[in-house]
Amino acid sequence: MKVKEILTEKEGGKLFLLGNEAAVRGALEGGVSLVSTYPGTPSSEIGNVFYKIAQDAGVYFEFSSNEKVALEVSAAAAASGLRSFVFMKHVGLNVAADSFMSTVYTGVKGGMIVLSADDPSMYSSQNEQDNRIMARLAGIPLLEPSNPQEVKDLMKFGFELSEKYEIPVLMRTTTRISHMRGVVELGPVLKGKEKGFFQKNPGQYVVMPAFAVKMREKLIEKLGMIKEDANNSSLNKIIDKGGKSLGIVTSGGAYNYVMDVVSENDLKVKILKLAFSHPFPEQAVLDFINSVDNILVVEEVEPVMENEVLAIIGKYDLRKKVYGKLDGTLPRIYEFNPDIVSSGMAKVVDKELIKREKFSTKLSLPLRPPVLCPGCPHRATSFALKKAIKKLKLKEEDIIYSSDIGCYALAIQEPYKMADYCISMGSSLGIGCGFAKATDQKVISFIGDSTFFHAGMAGLVNAVHNRDSLLLVVLDNRITGMTGGQTNPGTPLDGMGNPAPEVSIEGIAQGAGAKFVKTVDPFNLKETEKVFKEALQCEEVAVVITKHPCAMLTDAQNKKNGINIKYAVNQEKCIKCLICVKNFSCPAIYIEKDGLVSINPLLCDGCGLCVQVCPKKAIEVKK
Amino acid sequence: MKNIYKIQLIGVGGQGTIKASTVIGEAAMKKGLNVVMSEVHGMAQRGGTVVTEFKIGDADSPLIEEGAADLMIAFEPSEALRAINKVNKNSFVIVNNSPIVPFTVSLGISEYPELSSVFEELKTKINHLIIIDAQKIAKEAGNIISENMVLLGAAIATPGFPISKELIIQSMKENLPPKSIETNLKAFEMGFKEVKM
Repeated sequence: MKVKEILTEKEGGKLFLLGNEAAVRGALEGGVSLVSTYPGTPSSEIGNVFYKIAQDAGVYFEFSSNEKVALEVSAAAAASGLRSFVFMKHVGLNVAADSFMSTVYTGVKGGMIVLSADDPSMYSSQNEQDNRIMARLAGIPLLEPSNPQEVKDLMKFGFELSEKYEIPVLMRTTTRISHMRGVVELGPVLKGKEKGFFQKNPGQYVVMPAFAVKMREKLIEKLGMIKEDANNSSLNKIIDKGGKSLGIVTSGGAYNYVMDVVSENDLKVKILKLAFSHPFPEQAVLDFINSVDNILVVEEVEPVMENEVLAIIGKYDLRKKVYGKLDGTLPRIYEFNPDIVSSGMAKVVDKELIKREKFSTKLSLPLRPPVLCPGCPHRATSFALKKAIKKLKLKEEDIIYSSDIGCYALAIQEPYKMADYCISMGSSLGIGCGFAKATDQKVISFIGDSTFFHAGMAGLVNAVHNRDSLLLVVLDNRITGMTGGQTNPGTPLDGMGNPAPEVSIEGIAQGAGAKFVKTVDPFNLKETEKVFKEALQCEEVAVVITKHPCAMLTDAQNKKNGINIKYAVNQEKCIKCLICVKNFSCPAIYIEKDGLVSINPLLCDGCGLCVQVCPKKAIEVKK
Repeated sequence: MKNIYKIQLIGVGGQGTIKASTVIGEAAMKKGLNVVMSEVHGMAQRGGTVVTEFKIGDADSPLIEEGAADLMIAFEPSEALRAINKVNKNSFVIVNNSPIVPFTVSLGISEYPELSSVFEELKTKINHLIIIDAQKIAKEAGNIISENMVLLGAAIATPGFPISKELIIQSMKENLPPKSIETNLKAFEMGFKEVKM
């Protein structure tokens, strides 16, 4: 499949789509006009597809500077009568939360969908928060798809629901839904409005206390009506396998595991699948509870629906046993899978479930943690900084490395070990300021270009104003790298690939009042080391911008230009000092069984940094 | 019980595991079968373990129950052992024999087991084990990057594989870059011939 088929494939056609790709098609079938995001796994591929097709689809798309801005851009579009779609990873909704909460109060005119991609098991995230709770906190209708087909269908439904009640709608996916591929049957693409018009109404759009109290009343009223819709919605369906001793309430990805376990074991149970799950469809669930003897709730992450079910049972004074996370039938942590769900269900059904022999190995397997790519400029920055620190005879225990969210945090690994504290987007600066005040240790804050634009600027202003002595290293690789290479305000391209102004990090740092601001190409290791030495001796805020394109960009460029350089070790010159392996640590360089240092041509990207690192000039272009 | 064919792929980032999976998945869809597949994206652009799992047939979840895979394609020998919990003694297991040693081994943080003991363990556990020198074959076909298609060719030659060779080839043509399709098809055919059953 080619990406553009997500737009061009006709009604009735079928595509093998990733959940994230299905979200794009769903938005197009729902007549979306404006789409905004800040990249975050597991939602990133939605943006990657829009980047490629938005222009042809006649949709406006942007990579906003952060999730809050993205949400605001979409909110204004929806207030102007356009259908808008904003998506982010689950913790992105924390960044957007302030405006998210208020947008639910103000409401919208055009349909607006906020998609949060949660990450059970934290495959690429710092926490496992369950944004179904966020839906309850905000008072926003919630949709939970179980597969790519449903992602697509619920997008369209979401726009209609949003417009019907003039309220944004939250769609919660999880990693397994966003990154699951399935057969999706397509509907027609609906062309969205080109321009909206904002009808002034301060009483609706200005959240001053006097207006907000009215909005709150209105919101509660809307939620009451939406609850009726949820009660009667065909999206909340019962799958009756015969037998009434056990009723299973489930949603999202958990539903898939339930179905596979039920089918494989031919279990006679009744299943209530909730896809329109907030406001919680109390009457529909009550009817379901009354139709079975006991209830098992299977849901991923927090016992959200389980608590709702227990509340209904309490409210109506029923005598039913509820199994789930709260009684330990199922675990509260991590993503589910068929085996976990099966072992949970085995505790509550009176039937022996299929169990297979499970192989394991006693051999110890090599660790493959995520690693900075061959050719990564962050490795060059880390290497040069480490050398400068050594030359200045600074002790490692006297330095605090305050890192941030991005590939450079991978420098936490051997041999660099340059991440001591890292909690959220942009935190390297605020945390750095705190350490600068609380200790006499030298503070080095790392932040990427995209993260700097996202949430780093306020921290820099704080550091300058409060006279914090810290070294800020901005690793400017000209792209948002960790999420797969999206444009950001420092890139000369916008979210649709059109030329756009590059925002200067140097200019921002100078504008904030930092006196020591230097930009250096980390691929010049000597020069970079020199700049770091100066910066480390600076008593106030020093900003060093190490600017060099991400290896993904240079690799793509080289491929396009037919450049295919590889390096190899000249064994006659190599003295096996192992600086390239132990201090520089490029994944392409390894020690052979016989002790020789070698470069894997499959991994070598031809950056040539190792040539600068080798004291004996033993690394040469491979002939 | 329903008729579901379960495939596990495991490899290292950059080996083309996801591409090979997409080729199979789209071919299954073309045959009119239901197919659900799970991919890994994010954190590790290159160098980390990459797993895809799928179920072809009447299934809802793409994740395979432990011990239930009908077929496993391991793009790297130690990775075959990493996913050993997904197969059983009757699964077909195709293993590429060239190791990819991560930097953690060079740094002395972890070890790469002796290759002979890796294969020994696989042999004692698996009845239908097929070890393939995909690197050598891909090189012969024209480009070592086609390793994934060698392994795919071998996979579809195993008994019970639910999709025809023709549909796979059609899917390859639709999913691989036109300029490398010839090499890839050659690699695929050579992989196919490796499996004699």
